[in-house]
Amino acid sequence: MTSNYMTGAEAVIKALVDNGVEVIFGYPGGAVLPLYDALFENKKIKHILVRHEQAAVHAAEGYARSTGKVGCVLVTSGPGATNAITGLTDALMDSVPVICLSGQVPTHLIGTDAFQEADTVGISRPCTKHNYLVKNADKLCEIIHKSFEIASSGRPGPVLIDLPKDIQLTNVKYINKTQKIKKHNHYYSNVDEDLINKVAKLLLQSERPIIYAGGGVVNSGPKASKLLTELVNLLDCPVTLTLMGLGCVPNTNKNFLGMLGMHGTYEANLAMHNCDVMLNVGARFDDRVTGRLNAFAPNSKKVHIDVDKSSINKVVSVDYGIVGDCKEILSVLVQEVKKLHNQKVLKSKTTWWSKINKWKEKDSLGFKQIGNNIKPQQAIKSLYEKTKKFDTYITTEVGQHQMWAAQYFGFSKPNHWMTSGGLGTMGYGLPSSVGVQIAHPKSLVIDISGEASFLMNMQELSTIVQYKLPIKIFILNNEWMGMVRQWQELNHGSRYSESYTSSLPDFVKLAESFGINGLRVDNINNLEATIDEMININGPVIADIRVEKEENCFPMIPSGAAHNEMILSSDDNVKDTSNEGLALV
Amino acid sequence: MSVYQKNELEEDETSRTLSLIVDNQPGTLARVIGLFSGRGYNIESLNVTEIDKIRNLSRISLVTRGTSMTIEQIKSQLLRIIPVHIVRDLTLEGPFIKSELALVKLVVKGANRVEALRIAETFRARTLDVTLSSFVFELTGKPSKLDAFINLMRSLGDTEVSRTGVSAISRGDKTETKLLDQI
Ligand SMILES: Cc1ncc(C[n+]2csc(CCOP(=O)(O)OP(=O)(O)O)c2C)c(N)n1
Ligand SMILES: [Mg+2]
Repeated sequence: MTSNYMTGAEAVIKALVDNGVEVIFGYPGGAVLPLYDALFENKKIKHILVRHEQAAVHAAEGYARSTGKVGCVLVTSGPGATNAITGLTDALMDSVPVICLSGQVPTHLIGTDAFQEADTVGISRPCTKHNYLVKNADKLCEIIHKSFEIASSGRPGPVLIDLPKDIQLTNVKYINKTQKIKKHNHYYSNVDEDLINKVAKLLLQSERPIIYAGGGVVNSGPKASKLLTELVNLLDCPVTLTLMGLGCVPNTNKNFLGMLGMHGTYEANLAMHNCDVMLNVGARFDDRVTGRLNAFAPNSKKVHIDVDKSSINKVVSVDYGIVGDCKEILSVLVQEVKKLHNQKVLKSKTTWWSKINKWKEKDSLGFKQIGNNIKPQQAIKSLYEKTKKFDTYITTEVGQHQMWAAQYFGFSKPNHWMTSGGLGTMGYGLPSSVGVQIAHPKSLVIDISGEASFLMNMQELSTIVQYKLPIKIFILNNEWMGMVRQWQELNHGSRYSESYTSSLPDFVKLAESFGINGLRVDNINNLEATIDEMININGPVIADIRVEKEENCFPMIPSGAAHNEMILSSDDNVKDTSNEGLALV
Repeated sequence: MSVYQKNELEEDETSRTLSLIVDNQPGTLARVIGLFSGRGYNIESLNVTEIDKIRNLSRISLVTRGTSMTIEQIKSQLLRIIPVHIVRDLTLEGPFIKSELALVKLVVKGANRVEALRIAETFRARTLDVTLSSFVFELTGKPSKLDAFINLMRSLGDTEVSRTGVSAISRGDKTETKLLDQI
């Protein structure tokens, strides 16, 4: 048994174990049968059988984002690999560490259009951080060890390893993970203390500073979130978070202005617009966040901390770019600020805060729950109130419900919010919740869903039932592709072309057909009771929350507009969207 | 640059010569080219060959065009590619040499044959092949010199051209040996 020789497939599984893999999300097929053989014999890795390869990747993403570990996927060649592509692109856009093993036809058949052959490395090249086709069995172990390093270091991302079937069957000598795999030479933290000291001074002496932080802080680990919160408190400055960053400063922190950007709060966006110093920590000036670039925070000095050098000066030129891991840079920055703090150089921010408090008075997230119809905003608010005492993990799909979740659910910790930000993938939330619940079997996991998005990966109900995952699927059912309908209303003369879903299933019966509970509520007076019932059911639930059908998501920065041109409701005088704005997504 | 609007203050685009050291493996070139096509950058010239058999490294000489912000972006994007080890901006580093080789076939008869040979001599082109109705010339030098030669040849008859793309190296005694040792 101590022999170091084994089949390639066994070596792959052993390498996964050595890299700390406990769970793999996969779907079998001809080209991966040797790997499934090896898994059959293995007791250390739990295989979760999903119902579609896209879902395997999203599940691995949910697992990775809620634990900080690398998520792992196994798919077959051809259609298995092509089905995984959306998930890989999603993981690339949102910097999620994922390893995807794909089967491939045997090496001697590559290039012959063999059955279920696809040029998987070619197809996945632009949607992975890196990928490998293993043509030489001697390189197999090294490639797998290296892939874990690549996926999880620097700016994390997906790595695909294409494994021809003959390689899986070849006898190979297992090579252990070397103590120190050489890091890719471009991932370095540039802890330039002089520069950081300058930035500390800039922050302390500014009159209208703001910190804007994103997913990079979450990716850097819980310590980065702690440090960021400490920095906010030290400076007593406002902080706003991107969609991906929610949770890295507790929602209850008095300096937190809510999310910024297209559906961010009025105070967050106006504070960005009017700041004199902006510190961006681990965010990437995404177009959802900046609005029109030539009017983005026009009179500010900008500092950007990012682990990926290419994020710095990509769309917004900054005055100081610091390349490095957020927690490393923040820990030095906090020290520097503390040092200077003792010398009492902190500028008073009373005027700045009184301005901000004026903006807050607009109550941009205010809404009126009148009548018996359930306002979707209220549904999320109630869900938050009812679940905040638990260790709750939220995943979402994409659309209005996603934005309402971001606006009205409060996140007090990082890694508890899983949403598809960069790619905006409908169908992300349900499989992602599978990964989250597998990683946190005792926690409350809720997929906040829209009825249209739910239909995109609802086959995963079967996975949920098989593994007895007590996931709560909270569907804000408005019968519309609400976000599309909203854009058609605001930008396309209310021509509601193909954005209504007729023939929706009866979600309660659908639940029952899988042997799980289905609940439905359409009256505000029963909303809280339904939420209680959902939480108290010991098992998976689909809750069909019938909400106001034509509610729009506000506040909103219209396409092509700037932070200070937000609209707060449909009644706001909306300027006609510019032609440039119309062309934007 | 930006999805929202061209920055009004954007400076002019300039041509830049980059020199990359990459792993000589299948897929590396595809990654580099995919980066340029996927992100909408220009490639004006590209040239790749293995330069270190033991370490299995190739050099890519690449001429691109853009504002300094775009060029910085291209360089940091290139560095994200795992098999790309070194990215040097020769235009920025200082004086450097840019050279290219062209093979030019000219189909020509009669009096123009003498003219062709005279021009070839002026340009110090080598004659690699001669028939009664054609020549093949080989010419190395700056791309602009090659352009001028090829234009003259075109006016003399039917031509066929094959060019290597620019190969570039910095002037002076500085080498990459130390950087290569760190790979
Ligand atoms: C895979 C995919 N296809 C299309 C879109 C475009 N899109 C964005 S939101 C949306 C509608 C979502 O509808 P629903 O899930 O019901 O959510 P709602 O907006 O109604 O809350 C669509 C079609 C997308 N984001 N992802
Ligand atoms: Mg909907």
